Amino acid sequence: MTRVGWYRTLVIGGIIALLEVLCLQGVIDKITMPAPHLIVRDLWRMLVSGRMNAAIAKTLSNTLLALVLSLGVGIVAAALLHRARALRDTLDPLFATYYAVPVFAFYPFFIVVFGLGDLPQVLIAFMLGVVAVIVNTLNGLDRVPSVLNKTARILRMSAADTAMHMTLPYAGPYILTGIKLAVAYAFIGVIGSEFIMSRGGIGYEISFAYANFDNATMYPLILLILLASVAVNGVLTVWEQRLLARRGMR
Amino acid sequence: MNTRFASVRNGLTLIVGLLLLWQLLYLWTGDVALASPLQTFRYTARLFAEDAFDLQVYETLRAFAIAYALSVVIGLAVGFWLGFDRLSGDALEPMIVSVYAVPKLTLYPILLLAFGLSLSAKVAFGVIHGVIPIILFTLSAVHNTKPILIKTGRVMKLTRWQMVRWILFPAAIPEIFTGLRVGFALTLIGSLLAEMFASQRGLGYLLMNGIGLHNVELIMSVTLIIVVFAAAVSVILLHIDHRLHRRS
Repeated sequence: MTRVGWYRTLVIGGIIALLEVLCLQGVIDKITMPAPHLIVRDLWRMLVSGRMNAAIAKTLSNTLLALVLSLGVGIVAAALLHRARALRDTLDPLFATYYAVPVFAFYPFFIVVFGLGDLPQVLIAFMLGVVAVIVNTLNGLDRVPSVLNKTARILRMSAADTAMHMTLPYAGPYILTGIKLAVAYAFIGVIGSEFIMSRGGIGYEISFAYANFDNATMYPLILLILLASVAVNGVLTVWEQRLLARRGMR
Repeated sequence: MNTRFASVRNGLTLIVGLLLLWQLLYLWTGDVALASPLQTFRYTARLFAEDAFDLQVYETLRAFAIAYALSVVIGLAVGFWLGFDRLSGDALEPMIVSVYAVPKLTLYPILLLAFGLSLSAKVAFGVIHGVIPIILFTLSAVHNTKPILIKTGRVMKLTRWQMVRWILFPAAIPEIFTGLRVGFALTLIGSLLAEMFASQRGLGYLLMNGIGLHNVELIMSVTLIIVVFAAAVSVILLHIDHRLHRRS
Protein backbone atom coordinates (compact mmCIF):
# COMPACT_ATOMS: atom_id res chain seq x y z
CA MET A 1 0.00 0.00 0.00
CA THR A 2 1.13 3.56 -0.68
CA ARG A 3 1.89 6.05 2.05
CA VAL A 4 -1.33 7.88 1.29
CA GLY A 5 -3.27 4.63 1.54
CA TRP A 6 -1.75 3.85 4.93
CA TYR A 7 -2.50 7.35 6.16
CA ARG A 8 -6.13 7.06 5.08
CA THR A 9 -6.61 3.64 6.65
CA LEU A 10 -5.00 4.91 9.83
CA VAL A 11 -7.35 7.92 10.01
CA ILE A 12 -10.52 5.90 9.42
CA GLY A 13 -9.34 3.09 11.69
CA GLY A 14 -8.33 5.61 14.33
CA ILE A 15 -11.72 7.32 14.34
CA ILE A 16 -13.56 4.00 14.61
CA ALA A 17 -11.23 2.77 17.36
CA LEU A 18 -11.62 6.05 19.25
CA LEU A 19 -15.43 5.84 19.06
CA GLU A 20 -15.30 2.21 20.15
CA VAL A 21 -13.18 3.03 23.20
CA LEU A 22 -15.26 6.08 24.13
CA CYS A 23 -18.48 4.07 23.86
CA LEU A 24 -17.18 1.10 25.84
CA GLN A 25 -15.75 3.39 28.53
CA GLY A 26 -19.11 5.10 28.82
CA VAL A 27 -17.80 8.56 27.88
CA ILE A 28 -20.40 8.47 25.09
CA ASP A 29 -23.46 7.03 26.75
CA LYS A 30 -25.68 4.38 25.19
CA ILE A 31 -28.52 6.79 24.56
CA THR A 32 -26.26 8.92 22.37
CA MET A 33 -24.51 6.24 20.36
CA PRO A 34 -23.99 2.47 20.47
CA ALA A 35 -20.46 1.14 20.02
CA PRO A 36 -19.38 0.80 16.34
CA HIS A 37 -19.17 -3.00 16.44
CA LEU A 38 -22.77 -3.13 17.70
CA ILE A 39 -23.87 -0.88 14.83
CA VAL A 40 -22.25 -3.20 12.29
CA ARG A 41 -23.81 -6.24 13.98
CA ASP A 42 -27.27 -4.63 14.00
CA LEU A 43 -26.90 -3.62 10.35
CA TRP A 44 -26.02 -7.19 9.42
CA ARG A 45 -29.00 -8.57 11.35
CA MET A 46 -31.29 -5.99 9.83
CA LEU A 47 -30.23 -6.82 6.28
CA VAL A 48 -30.52 -10.59 6.91
CA SER A 49 -33.96 -10.30 8.50
CA GLY A 50 -35.13 -8.21 5.55
CA ARG A 51 -37.41 -6.00 7.63
CA MET A 52 -36.09 -2.87 5.92
CA ASN A 53 -36.36 -4.27 2.39
CA ALA A 54 -39.62 -2.46 1.63
CA ALA A 55 -38.17 0.87 2.76
CA ILE A 56 -34.95 0.28 0.83
CA ALA A 57 -36.87 -0.66 -2.32
CA LYS A 58 -39.03 2.46 -2.05
CA THR A 59 -36.07 4.76 -1.62
CA LEU A 60 -34.13 3.12 -4.43
CA SER A 61 -37.03 3.22 -6.90
CA ASN A 62 -37.75 6.88 -6.17
CA THR A 63 -34.05 7.71 -6.47
CA LEU A 64 -33.83 5.88 -9.77
CA LEU A 65 -36.94 7.63 -11.10
CA ALA A 66 -35.56 11.04 -10.13
CA LEU A 67 -32.19 10.16 -11.66
CA VAL A 68 -33.67 9.01 -14.98
CA LEU A 69 -35.84 12.13 -15.13
CA SER A 70 -33.01 14.53 -14.37
CA LEU A 71 -30.70 12.83 -16.87
CA GLY A 72 -33.30 12.63 -19.64
CA VAL A 73 -34.63 16.14 -19.21
CA GLY A 74 -31.19 17.57 -18.45
CA ILE A 75 -29.39 16.20 -21.49
CA VAL A 76 -32.22 17.03 -23.89
CA ALA A 77 -32.60 20.52 -22.41
CA ALA A 78 -28.85 21.09 -22.70
CA ALA A 79 -28.84 19.97 -26.34
CA LEU A 80 -31.68 22.39 -27.10
CA LEU A 81 -30.18 25.26 -25.09
CA HIS A 82 -26.89 24.76 -26.92
CA ARG A 83 -28.70 25.79 -30.09
CA ALA A 84 -30.82 28.59 -28.57
CA ARG A 85 -28.21 31.20 -27.67
CA ALA A 86 -30.63 33.91 -26.45
CA LEU A 87 -32.57 31.58 -24.16
CA ARG A 88 -29.34 30.22 -22.77
CA ASP A 89 -28.04 33.71 -21.98
CA THR A 90 -31.28 34.50 -20.22
CA LEU A 91 -31.14 31.33 -18.13
CA ASP A 92 -27.47 31.82 -17.30
CA PRO A 93 -28.07 33.84 -14.10
CA LEU A 94 -30.47 31.10 -13.00
CA PHE A 95 -27.83 28.41 -13.43
CA ALA A 96 -25.19 30.55 -11.70
CA THR A 97 -27.27 31.10 -8.56
CA TYR A 98 -29.29 27.88 -8.63
CA TYR A 99 -27.26 25.90 -6.12
CA ALA A 100 -27.14 28.81 -3.69
CA VAL A 101 -30.91 28.49 -3.22
CA PRO A 102 -32.03 25.79 -0.78
CA VAL A 103 -34.17 23.59 -3.04
CA PHE A 104 -35.50 21.78 0.03
CA ALA A 105 -37.33 24.96 0.97
CA PHE A 106 -39.76 24.09 -1.82
CA TYR A 107 -40.61 20.75 -0.23
CA PRO A 108 -43.40 22.00 2.09
CA PHE A 109 -44.90 23.84 -0.87
CA PHE A 110 -44.87 20.68 -2.99
CA ILE A 111 -46.45 18.69 -0.15
CA VAL A 112 -49.29 21.18 0.10
CA VAL A 113 -49.83 21.17 -3.67
CA PHE A 114 -49.29 17.48 -4.52
CA GLY A 115 -50.03 15.75 -1.23
CA LEU A 116 -47.70 13.65 0.86
CA GLY A 117 -46.90 11.02 -1.76
CA ASP A 118 -43.80 10.11 -3.75
CA LEU A 119 -44.19 12.99 -6.20
CA PRO A 120 -42.84 15.82 -3.98
CA GLN A 121 -39.76 13.73 -3.12
CA VAL A 122 -39.02 12.80 -6.73
CA LEU A 123 -39.58 16.42 -7.74
CA ILE A 124 -37.10 17.73 -5.14
CA ALA A 125 -34.49 15.14 -6.18
CA PHE A 126 -35.12 15.98 -9.84
CA MET A 127 -34.79 19.73 -9.22
CA LEU A 128 -31.53 19.20 -7.33
CA GLY A 129 -30.00 17.07 -10.08
CA VAL A 130 -31.26 18.46 -13.37
CA VAL A 131 -29.34 21.73 -13.36
CA ALA A 132 -26.03 19.95 -12.67
CA VAL A 133 -26.72 17.75 -15.71
CA ILE A 134 -27.64 20.73 -17.90
CA VAL A 135 -24.62 22.81 -16.87
CA ASN A 136 -22.12 19.98 -17.31
CA THR A 137 -23.62 18.79 -20.61
CA LEU A 138 -23.51 22.36 -21.95
CA ASN A 139 -19.91 22.58 -20.83
CA GLY A 140 -19.14 19.38 -22.72
CA LEU A 141 -20.99 20.48 -25.87
CA ASP A 142 -19.15 23.82 -25.83
CA ARG A 143 -15.85 21.98 -26.03
CA VAL A 144 -16.66 19.88 -29.08
CA PRO A 145 -14.12 21.08 -31.68
CA SER A 146 -15.74 22.52 -34.78
CA VAL A 147 -13.59 20.20 -36.93
CA LEU A 148 -15.70 17.29 -35.66
CA ASN A 149 -18.91 19.00 -36.72
CA LYS A 150 -17.41 19.81 -40.10
CA THR A 151 -16.30 16.22 -40.56
CA ALA A 152 -19.82 15.07 -39.74
CA ARG A 153 -21.17 17.43 -42.38
CA ILE A 154 -18.69 16.20 -44.97
CA LEU A 155 -19.70 12.63 -44.22
CA ARG A 156 -23.32 13.73 -44.59
CA MET A 157 -24.27 12.31 -41.22
CA SER A 158 -27.81 12.91 -40.03
CA ALA A 159 -28.38 15.00 -36.90
CA ALA A 160 -29.02 11.86 -34.86
CA ASP A 161 -25.86 10.16 -36.17
CA THR A 162 -23.81 13.26 -35.43
CA ALA A 163 -25.11 13.30 -31.89
CA MET A 164 -24.57 9.56 -31.36
CA HIS A 165 -21.13 9.25 -33.01
CA MET A 166 -19.55 12.67 -32.63
CA THR A 167 -20.94 15.08 -30.06
CA LEU A 168 -22.07 12.79 -27.26
CA PRO A 169 -18.93 10.62 -27.19
CA TYR A 170 -16.77 13.73 -27.22
CA ALA A 171 -18.75 15.38 -24.44
CA GLY A 172 -18.88 12.04 -22.57
CA PRO A 173 -16.52 12.80 -19.68
CA TYR A 174 -18.24 16.11 -18.97
CA ILE A 175 -21.67 14.52 -19.09
CA LEU A 176 -20.38 11.85 -16.73
CA THR A 177 -19.46 14.57 -14.24
CA GLY A 178 -23.08 15.72 -14.48
CA ILE A 179 -24.31 12.15 -14.03
CA LYS A 180 -22.13 11.71 -10.95
CA LEU A 181 -23.60 14.84 -9.40
CA ALA A 182 -27.12 13.83 -10.43
CA VAL A 183 -26.71 10.46 -8.68
CA ALA A 184 -25.55 12.15 -5.49
CA TYR A 185 -28.33 14.72 -5.67
CA ALA A 186 -30.99 12.10 -6.38
CA PHE A 187 -29.92 10.28 -3.22
CA ILE A 188 -29.75 13.48 -1.19
CA GLY A 189 -33.10 14.72 -2.50
CA VAL A 190 -35.07 11.54 -1.93
CA ILE A 191 -33.57 10.56 1.43
CA GLY A 192 -33.56 14.15 2.65
CA SER A 193 -37.19 14.75 1.87
CA GLU A 194 -38.19 11.35 3.24
CA PHE A 195 -36.38 12.37 6.36
CA ILE A 196 -38.07 15.75 6.73
CA MET A 197 -41.59 14.44 6.19
CA SER A 198 -42.95 11.37 4.40
CA ARG A 199 -44.74 8.07 4.74
CA GLY A 200 -41.96 5.58 3.97
CA GLY A 201 -38.42 4.91 2.79
CA ILE A 202 -35.05 4.76 4.53
CA GLY A 203 -35.06 8.45 5.45
CA TYR A 204 -38.47 8.02 7.03
CA GLU A 205 -37.32 4.96 8.98
CA ILE A 206 -34.37 6.93 10.36
CA SER A 207 -36.50 9.83 11.52
CA PHE A 208 -39.08 7.36 12.92
CA ALA A 209 -36.34 5.52 14.83
CA TYR A 210 -35.00 8.87 16.07
CA ALA A 211 -38.43 9.87 17.37
CA ASN A 212 -38.67 6.53 19.24
CA PHE A 213 -35.11 6.60 20.66
CA ASP A 214 -34.52 3.39 18.71
CA ASN A 215 -30.76 3.65 18.26
CA ALA A 216 -30.48 -0.03 17.33
CA THR A 217 -32.37 0.82 14.13
CA MET A 218 -31.24 4.39 13.53
CA TYR A 219 -27.46 3.97 13.57
CA PRO A 220 -27.33 0.89 11.31
CA LEU A 221 -29.54 2.69 8.78
CA ILE A 222 -27.32 5.78 8.87
CA LEU A 223 -24.30 3.53 8.35
CA LEU A 224 -26.06 1.83 5.43
CA ILE A 225 -26.70 5.18 3.73
CA LEU A 226 -23.14 6.36 4.33
CA LEU A 227 -21.69 3.16 2.88
CA ALA A 228 -24.05 3.13 -0.10
CA SER A 229 -23.47 6.75 -1.09
CA VAL A 230 -19.69 6.60 -0.60
CA ALA A 231 -19.52 3.35 -2.63
CA VAL A 232 -21.62 4.66 -5.53
CA ASN A 233 -19.74 7.94 -5.59
CA GLY A 234 -16.42 6.08 -5.48
CA VAL A 235 -17.30 3.87 -8.45
CA LEU A 236 -18.43 6.87 -10.53
CA THR A 237 -15.32 8.85 -9.62
CA VAL A 238 -13.05 5.99 -10.71
CA TRP A 239 -14.97 5.70 -13.99
CA GLU A 240 -14.72 9.45 -14.55
CA GLN A 241 -10.97 9.43 -13.88
CA ARG A 242 -10.53 6.58 -16.40
CA LEU A 243 -12.43 8.46 -19.09
CA LEU A 244 -10.40 11.59 -18.41
CA ALA A 245 -7.14 9.62 -18.38
CA ARG A 246 -7.98 8.13 -21.77
CA ARG A 247 -8.31 11.68 -23.09
CA GLY A 248 -5.00 12.52 -21.47
CA MET A 249 -6.69 15.12 -19.32
CA ARG A 250 -5.45 13.86 -15.98
CA MET B 1 -19.73 47.87 -19.79
CA ASN B 2 -21.60 46.14 -22.52
CA THR B 3 -21.39 42.72 -20.87
CA ARG B 4 -22.58 44.19 -17.60
CA PHE B 5 -25.60 45.66 -19.35
CA ALA B 6 -26.27 42.27 -20.95
CA SER B 7 -26.10 40.42 -17.64
CA VAL B 8 -28.44 42.91 -15.95
CA ARG B 9 -30.85 42.55 -18.87
CA ASN B 10 -30.67 38.77 -18.70
CA GLY B 11 -31.29 38.82 -14.96
CA LEU B 12 -34.31 41.08 -15.32
CA THR B 13 -35.72 39.02 -18.19
CA LEU B 14 -35.33 35.93 -16.05
CA ILE B 15 -37.12 37.46 -13.05
CA VAL B 16 -39.99 38.72 -15.21
CA GLY B 17 -40.19 35.30 -16.89
CA LEU B 18 -40.34 33.46 -13.57
CA LEU B 19 -43.03 35.82 -12.25
CA LEU B 20 -45.02 35.33 -15.43
CA LEU B 21 -44.72 31.55 -15.11
CA TRP B 22 -45.87 31.77 -11.52
CA GLN B 23 -48.90 33.90 -12.47
CA LEU B 24 -49.82 31.49 -15.28
CA LEU B 25 -49.55 28.50 -12.93
CA TYR B 26 -51.80 30.35 -10.51
CA LEU B 27 -54.39 31.07 -13.20
CA TRP B 28 -54.24 27.41 -14.23
CA THR B 29 -54.52 25.77 -10.79
CA GLY B 30 -56.64 28.34 -9.00
CA ASP B 31 -56.84 29.65 -5.46
CA VAL B 32 -56.81 26.33 -3.58
CA ALA B 33 -53.33 25.17 -4.53
CA LEU B 34 -51.37 28.36 -5.10
CA ALA B 35 -51.18 31.96 -4.03
CA SER B 36 -50.64 34.47 -6.80
CA PRO B 37 -47.43 36.56 -6.85
CA LEU B 38 -49.33 39.64 -5.72
CA GLN B 39 -51.04 37.82 -2.83
CA THR B 40 -47.69 36.38 -1.76
CA PHE B 41 -45.94 39.76 -1.83
CA ARG B 42 -48.74 41.31 0.23
CA TYR B 43 -48.62 38.46 2.72
CA THR B 44 -44.84 38.75 2.96
CA ALA B 45 -45.09 42.46 3.68
CA ARG B 46 -47.66 41.75 6.38
CA LEU B 47 -45.43 39.06 7.88
CA PHE B 48 -42.51 41.45 8.24
CA ALA B 49 -44.76 43.87 10.09
CA GLU B 50 -45.34 41.24 12.80
CA ASP B 51 -42.88 41.17 15.71
CA ALA B 52 -43.33 37.41 16.19
CA PHE B 53 -42.24 36.78 12.63
CA ASP B 54 -39.21 39.05 12.88
CA LEU B 55 -38.16 37.04 15.90
CA GLN B 56 -38.22 33.82 13.84
CA VAL B 57 -36.15 35.47 11.11
CA TYR B 58 -33.69 36.67 13.75
CA GLU B 59 -33.49 33.12 15.15
CA THR B 60 -32.58 31.63 11.77
CA LEU B 61 -30.12 34.41 10.95
CA ARG B 62 -28.39 34.03 14.31
CA ALA B 63 -27.88 30.27 13.91
CA PHE B 64 -26.74 30.85 10.35
CA ALA B 65 -24.30 33.63 11.29
CA ILE B 66 -22.64 31.59 14.05
CA ALA B 67 -22.44 28.55 11.78
CA TYR B 68 -20.92 30.56 8.95
CA ALA B 69 -18.33 32.21 11.20
CA LEU B 70 -17.27 28.79 12.50
CA SER B 71 -17.23 27.31 8.98
CA VAL B 72 -14.93 30.08 7.77
CA VAL B 73 -12.48 29.77 10.67
CA ILE B 74 -12.36 25.97 10.67
CA GLY B 75 -12.43 25.75 6.88
CA LEU B 76 -9.51 28.15 6.39
CA ALA B 77 -7.44 26.53 9.15
CA VAL B 78 -7.98 22.98 7.86
CA GLY B 79 -7.63 24.10 4.25
CA PHE B 80 -4.24 25.74 4.82
CA TRP B 81 -3.05 22.78 6.88
CA LEU B 82 -4.01 20.26 4.18
CA GLY B 83 -2.55 22.56 1.53
CA PHE B 84 0.82 22.70 3.30
CA ASP B 85 1.01 19.11 4.40
CA ARG B 86 1.06 17.27 1.08
CA LEU B 87 0.64 13.80 2.61
CA SER B 88 -2.36 14.76 4.76
CA GLY B 89 -3.85 16.67 1.85
CA ASP B 90 -3.56 13.77 -0.59
CA ALA B 91 -4.94 11.33 1.98
CA LEU B 92 -7.84 13.38 3.29
CA GLU B 93 -9.03 15.35 0.26
CA PRO B 94 -10.87 12.44 -1.44
CA MET B 95 -12.49 11.60 1.89
CA ILE B 96 -13.77 15.15 2.28
CA VAL B 97 -15.01 15.14 -1.32
CA SER B 98 -16.98 11.95 -0.74
CA VAL B 99 -18.61 13.45 2.37
CA TYR B 100 -20.06 16.02 -0.01
CA ALA B 101 -22.05 13.30 -1.83
CA VAL B 102 -23.51 11.86 1.37
CA PRO B 103 -27.09 12.80 2.29
CA LYS B 104 -25.92 14.69 5.37
CA LEU B 105 -29.46 15.18 6.61
CA THR B 106 -29.38 11.62 7.93
CA LEU B 107 -26.49 12.63 10.20
CA TYR B 108 -28.63 15.23 11.91
CA PRO B 109 -30.18 12.85 14.47
CA ILE B 110 -26.66 12.05 15.69
CA LEU B 111 -26.02 15.76 16.25
CA LEU B 112 -29.38 16.09 17.97
CA LEU B 113 -28.49 13.24 20.32
CA ALA B 114 -25.06 14.73 20.98
CA PHE B 115 -26.08 18.37 21.43
CA GLY B 116 -29.74 18.11 22.32
CA LEU B 117 -32.51 19.99 20.52
CA SER B 118 -30.70 23.31 20.71
CA LEU B 119 -28.98 26.10 18.87
CA SER B 120 -25.71 24.15 18.98
CA ALA B 121 -27.15 21.22 17.01
CA LYS B 122 -28.41 23.62 14.35
CA VAL B 123 -25.07 25.43 14.21
CA ALA B 124 -23.10 22.17 14.06
CA PHE B 125 -25.23 20.98 11.16
CA GLY B 126 -24.71 24.25 9.30
CA VAL B 127 -20.95 23.94 9.87
CA ILE B 128 -20.86 20.37 8.49
CA HIS B 129 -22.34 21.72 5.27
CA GLY B 130 -20.41 24.95 5.01
CA VAL B 131 -16.94 23.86 6.03
CA ILE B 132 -16.42 21.34 3.18
CA PRO B 133 -16.26 23.73 0.19
CA ILE B 134 -14.15 26.21 2.17
CA ILE B 135 -11.61 23.47 2.99
CA LEU B 136 -11.53 22.16 -0.58
CA PHE B 137 -11.18 25.55 -2.28
CA THR B 138 -8.55 26.77 0.21
CA LEU B 139 -6.58 23.56 -0.27
CA SER B 140 -6.56 23.83 -4.03
CA ALA B 141 -5.77 27.55 -3.79
CA VAL B 142 -2.66 26.77 -1.77
CA HIS B 143 -1.67 24.02 -4.21
CA ASN B 144 -2.14 26.36 -7.16
CA THR B 145 -0.01 29.17 -5.76
CA LYS B 146 2.87 29.90 -8.12
CA PRO B 147 5.97 28.05 -6.87
CA ILE B 148 8.11 31.11 -7.39
CA LEU B 149 6.16 32.99 -4.75
CA ILE B 150 6.72 30.21 -2.23
CA LYS B 151 10.40 29.99 -3.13
CA THR B 152 10.74 33.74 -2.63
CA GLY B 153 9.20 33.32 0.79
CA ARG B 154 11.68 30.55 1.63
CA VAL B 155 14.58 32.67 0.49
CA MET B 156 13.38 35.36 2.85
CA LYS B 157 13.21 32.76 5.62
CA LEU B 158 9.57 33.50 6.41
CA THR B 159 7.98 31.47 9.17
CA ARG B 160 4.96 29.36 8.31
CA TRP B 161 2.60 31.97 9.71
CA GLN B 162 4.31 34.81 7.81
CA MET B 163 4.13 32.67 4.68
CA VAL B 164 0.35 32.38 5.08
CA ARG B 165 -0.11 36.02 6.01
CA TRP B 166 2.07 37.65 3.34
CA ILE B 167 2.27 35.22 0.44
CA LEU B 168 -0.28 32.41 0.32
CA PHE B 169 -3.29 34.32 1.52
CA PRO B 170 -2.96 37.31 -0.85
CA ALA B 171 -2.15 35.01 -3.77
CA ALA B 172 -4.99 32.64 -3.04
CA ILE B 173 -7.70 35.18 -2.22
CA PRO B 174 -9.75 34.82 -5.43
CA GLU B 175 -10.05 31.05 -5.10
CA ILE B 176 -10.57 31.18 -1.34
CA PHE B 177 -13.34 33.67 -1.92
CA THR B 178 -15.05 31.19 -4.25
CA GLY B 179 -14.92 28.70 -1.38
CA LEU B 180 -16.41 31.26 1.00
CA ARG B 181 -19.17 31.98 -1.49
CA VAL B 182 -20.13 28.33 -1.92
CA GLY B 183 -19.73 27.82 1.83
CA PHE B 184 -22.17 30.66 2.47
CA ALA B 185 -24.87 28.98 0.38
CA LEU B 186 -24.31 25.54 1.88
CA THR B 187 -24.27 26.83 5.46
CA LEU B 188 -27.62 28.49 4.80
CA ILE B 189 -28.99 25.23 3.39
CA GLY B 190 -27.66 23.33 6.40
CA SER B 191 -29.16 25.60 9.03
CA LEU B 192 -32.52 25.71 7.24
CA LEU B 193 -32.66 21.92 6.85
CA ALA B 194 -31.89 21.54 10.55
CA GLU B 195 -34.83 23.79 11.37
CA MET B 196 -37.11 21.94 9.02
CA PHE B 197 -36.43 18.59 10.63
CA ALA B 198 -36.64 19.43 14.29
CA SER B 199 -36.93 22.85 15.84
CA GLN B 200 -39.41 25.10 17.53
CA ARG B 201 -38.16 28.30 16.01
CA GLY B 202 -36.94 29.83 12.81
CA LEU B 203 -38.00 30.03 9.18
CA GLY B 204 -37.59 26.28 8.60
CA TYR B 205 -39.94 25.62 11.49
CA LEU B 206 -42.47 28.09 10.07
CA LEU B 207 -42.36 26.26 6.73
CA MET B 208 -43.08 22.88 8.28
CA ASN B 209 -45.71 24.42 10.53
CA GLY B 210 -47.41 25.78 7.43
CA ILE B 211 -47.99 22.25 6.16
CA GLY B 212 -49.95 21.33 9.27
CA LEU B 213 -51.98 24.53 9.04
CA HIS B 214 -52.34 24.08 5.29
CA ASN B 215 -51.45 27.74 5.01
CA VAL B 216 -50.34 28.06 1.38
CA GLU B 217 -49.73 31.80 1.63
CA LEU B 218 -47.44 31.36 4.61
CA ILE B 219 -45.45 28.56 2.96
CA MET B 220 -45.08 30.45 -0.29
CA SER B 221 -44.11 33.68 1.47
CA VAL B 222 -41.43 32.02 3.59
CA THR B 223 -40.12 30.09 0.58
CA LEU B 224 -40.02 33.34 -1.37
CA ILE B 225 -38.10 35.12 1.41
CA ILE B 226 -35.54 32.30 1.58
CA VAL B 227 -35.11 32.09 -2.20
CA VAL B 228 -34.82 35.86 -2.67
CA PHE B 229 -32.34 36.18 0.18
CA ALA B 230 -30.17 33.29 -1.03
CA ALA B 231 -30.28 34.40 -4.66
CA ALA B 232 -29.58 38.07 -3.88
CA VAL B 233 -26.57 37.33 -1.68
CA SER B 234 -25.31 34.83 -4.22
CA VAL B 235 -25.51 37.38 -7.04
CA ILE B 236 -23.55 39.92 -4.97
CA LEU B 237 -20.91 37.36 -3.99
CA LEU B 238 -20.64 36.11 -7.58
CA HIS B 239 -20.06 39.67 -8.72
CA ILE B 240 -17.21 40.17 -6.22
CA ASP B 241 -15.88 36.72 -7.12
CA HIS B 242 -15.66 37.58 -10.83
CA ARG B 243 -13.92 40.86 -10.09
CA LEU B 244 -11.34 39.20 -7.86
CA HIS B 245 -10.64 36.56 -10.50
CA ARG B 246 -10.33 39.13 -13.25
CA ARG B 247 -7.86 41.21 -11.27
CA SER B 248 -5.43 38.36 -10.72
